[in-house]
Amino acid sequence: MSFFKRLFSKEEEEKKLDESLEKTKSGFFSKMSKAIAGKTKVDVEVLDELEGVLISSDVGLETTVKIIERLEERVAKDKYINTSELNSILREEIVDLLSENNTEDVEDFDPPGGEAHPSIILVVGVNGVGKTTTIGKLAYQYKLRGKRVVLGAGDTFRAAAVDQLRIWAERVGCEFFSKGMNTDPAAVAYEAVNYAVEYGCDVAIIDTAGRLHTKINLMRELTKIKNSIGKKMAGAPHEVLLVLDATTGQNAIEQATHFTNATDVTALALTKVDGTAKGGVAIGISDQFKVPIKYLGIGESIEQLQVFNKRSFVDSLFKESEQFSK
Amino acid sequence: MFDNLSDKLESAFKNLKGDGKLTEINIAQSVKEIRRALVAADVNYKIAKEFTDTIKEKALGQENVLNAVRPGELMVKIVHEELVQLMGGQTAGINIKGSPGIVLIAGLQGSGKTTFSGKLAKYLKEKKTKKPLLVACDVYRPAAINQIGVLGEQIGVPVYKEIENKNPVEISQNAIKHAKQHGFDVVIVDTAGRLAIDEVMMTEISNIKEGINPTETLFVVDAMTGQDAVNTAKAFNDVINYDGVVLTKLDGDTRGGAALSVKYTVGKPIKFASTGETLDTLDVFHPDRMATRILGMGDIVSLVEKAQEQFDEKEAARLEKKIRKNKFDFNDFLSQINQLKKMGDLKSLVGMIPGIGKMMKDVEIDNSAFGKVESIIYSMTPHERTNPEVINYSRKQRIAKGCGKTIHEINMFIKQFNEMKKMMHKISRGGVPSMDMMGGGAGGRAGMAKSRNRSSRNKRKKRR
Ligand SMILES: Nc1nc2c(ncn2[C@@H]2O[C@H](COP(=O)(O)OP(=O)(O)OP(=O)(O)O)[C@@H](O)[C@H]2O)c(=O)[nH]1
Ligand SMILES: [Mg+2]
Repeated sequence: MSFFKRLFSKEEEEKKLDESLEKTKSGFFSKMSKAIAGKTKVDVEVLDELEGVLISSDVGLETTVKIIERLEERVAKDKYINTSELNSILREEIVDLLSENNTEDVEDFDPPGGEAHPSIILVVGVNGVGKTTTIGKLAYQYKLRGKRVVLGAGDTFRAAAVDQLRIWAERVGCEFFSKGMNTDPAAVAYEAVNYAVEYGCDVAIIDTAGRLHTKINLMRELTKIKNSIGKKMAGAPHEVLLVLDATTGQNAIEQATHFTNATDVTALALTKVDGTAKGGVAIGISDQFKVPIKYLGIGESIEQLQVFNKRSFVDSLFKESEQFSK
Repeated sequence: MFDNLSDKLESAFKNLKGDGKLTEINIAQSVKEIRRALVAADVNYKIAKEFTDTIKEKALGQENVLNAVRPGELMVKIVHEELVQLMGGQTAGINIKGSPGIVLIAGLQGSGKTTFSGKLAKYLKEKKTKKPLLVACDVYRPAAINQIGVLGEQIGVPVYKEIENKNPVEISQNAIKHAKQHGFDVVIVDTAGRLAIDEVMMTEISNIKEGINPTETLFVVDAMTGQDAVNTAKAFNDVINYDGVVLTKLDGDTRGGAALSVKYTVGKPIKFASTGETLDTLDVFHPDRMATRILGMGDIVSLVEKAQEQFDEKEAARLEKKIRKNKFDFNDFLSQINQLKKMGDLKSLVGMIPGIGKMMKDVEIDNSAFGKVESIIYSMTPHERTNPEVINYSRKQRIAKGCGKTIHEINMFIKQFNEMKKMMHKISRGGVPSMDMMGGGAGGRAGMAKSRNRSSRNKRKKRR
């Protein structure tokens, strides 16, 4: 953990997550309560309803079935499970499921790569998920921790993308490297790393143009961008961050798979968690995909990025239900 | 997961066929499969449930599945028809009558509003000979105003903006005045992305709407949206009562259940489909294709379009000529392979071919599948490549050595090549469009032999 203290105390952070998940909660658990209203025993009907609740939260069919099966096992074993116990059991099961990929949550915004200097981060994802915004927010956190950061304008395709990143660099007060629009993104990435090395930056974060994972040429371009970073600095990039939109449904799994094939994604950022989407996609992704969720985007402003913590994420989902079961 | 619903249904019905009789229980089972397929495609869970209840009634009712010879097929047909009907209905164009006509664009962050605005402007300008004005009302996102400015420049459509003004309600009203003064006949107002639960921002969009009184209000939604699509669609509708829906990012591989969810929830027509990053990729919405896609039954139409998009017309004409003269050689074959590779991931392409998806489900296909063919051809001399007929036994021996294959493999390949050449020649005399040749060319590979015929047949059907 870094020397620098977090910007917010743990409590404050959890409160913020709670707020942004408020809609998630009310959706998730008002449904939950309805599902078990008037029932005392967890039976097939309750489990069926629960299946609906999980699926409606974008947990996805496979993962939902997995969770339900586990509950079924427990019901079979313990014979009688009170509906009021269901929430806590469900919470345990979900935390277990999230922990099974045995990836430890990170504690703080530490530049990836350990001893490597500078630390290089490549940010990838489909169109409009929040890559550029996440880069701005991340740079802000590093900056707060006294790091010298440069942003590399690797989206040379989408209209005004370079301007957008430049404005973020200005907001953060960090450095900015660009070769302008319509230039070769692999060259931009290479030279941005070069810049970071030459000028002694601690972190370089490289933006890329949004692309659908089905476009093979564009995915090849991404591989090329990554390779050109490695050519400049052995072992880099130290993190390939895939940004996923929490509003996305089951296609998120496809995205994760294809982007990983092209660039060996090492971490995920889930954005727009402040929306009405139930955020269950985090559960599905963690279950079906071996790359850990590392960050949550919870709003449009610069400080609205958090490191992902499984337990507090699940806790937030379950806050209201505790009240309910009382 | 549910790559092929028909398969699932067939197997659900197979069980019952063992007893020789269909029962309602079997129907219930298959209805469950349908529901799961819909949910896996991101159709809202509740809607999937209601929808399948209707299906069940239909199946047991007039179109009695119990007595059908092929219950699985009939079931899929019922589902498909019902989906088409639900998502289609009356097809309404957009209303840009008025002087000027005013189109207001709204939606979540990152859904594709600005790009769509550009596409719509281009479409109205070029296809409807209108004089559109774009309006930059996203005063929040960094460089959003520049973004629409660049798009406007690309298509030669002026963009109204007020760099210093942070009030989109004012900006939009001023833009209308500006349009009237300068003879623009349609105004497209692009707005900032917003969350449906953001009260301040929802009030803002409501005020914008009130201030300009648009002739058409469009809600833009990402086709990859999950279960939440219903909530957002409804919340926006409650506030701005939009006239139609735009589905974006349909060029990906999402099954797009959100289309059904949105239509089902708010009942507003889906008016456009946005299928790419460039400004010429705007399409009218095809409910039948969408139904097929949601059901995971393959999307042959998109496949053909994808092929057309990537296919180099000139190169196609050149190849067609060579085929007609029966002069098709190994270099041409390589060129075809390259064309095909450009179309994208082979597995996803193959998945779009109805029926084949299932066959190829577990087969590892990727673009390296072409590697074998390519390595053989690359081991030929230039002379051999342009003159396939000169390849005799000793040449084959040399080629085999060069690419590390057996003589037998070389023989097989050349045999297939000749068959393909003959077939293409025949087809070309029949005047079948060049698209089919390409399917045939790709099919020359042993593993794809079956897909070839089927895919070209379908393509032809579509091209009528
Ligand atoms: N509410 C909310 N909005 C977000 C969040 N992250 C990003 N956004 C918004 O989503 C929109 C798209 O964000 P960008 O950062 O431009 O997305 P991108 O992935 O870089 O987009 P392209 O480069 O066009 O592919 C912007 O309007 C952002 O303000 C988030 O966590 N919450
Ligand atoms: Mg961007």
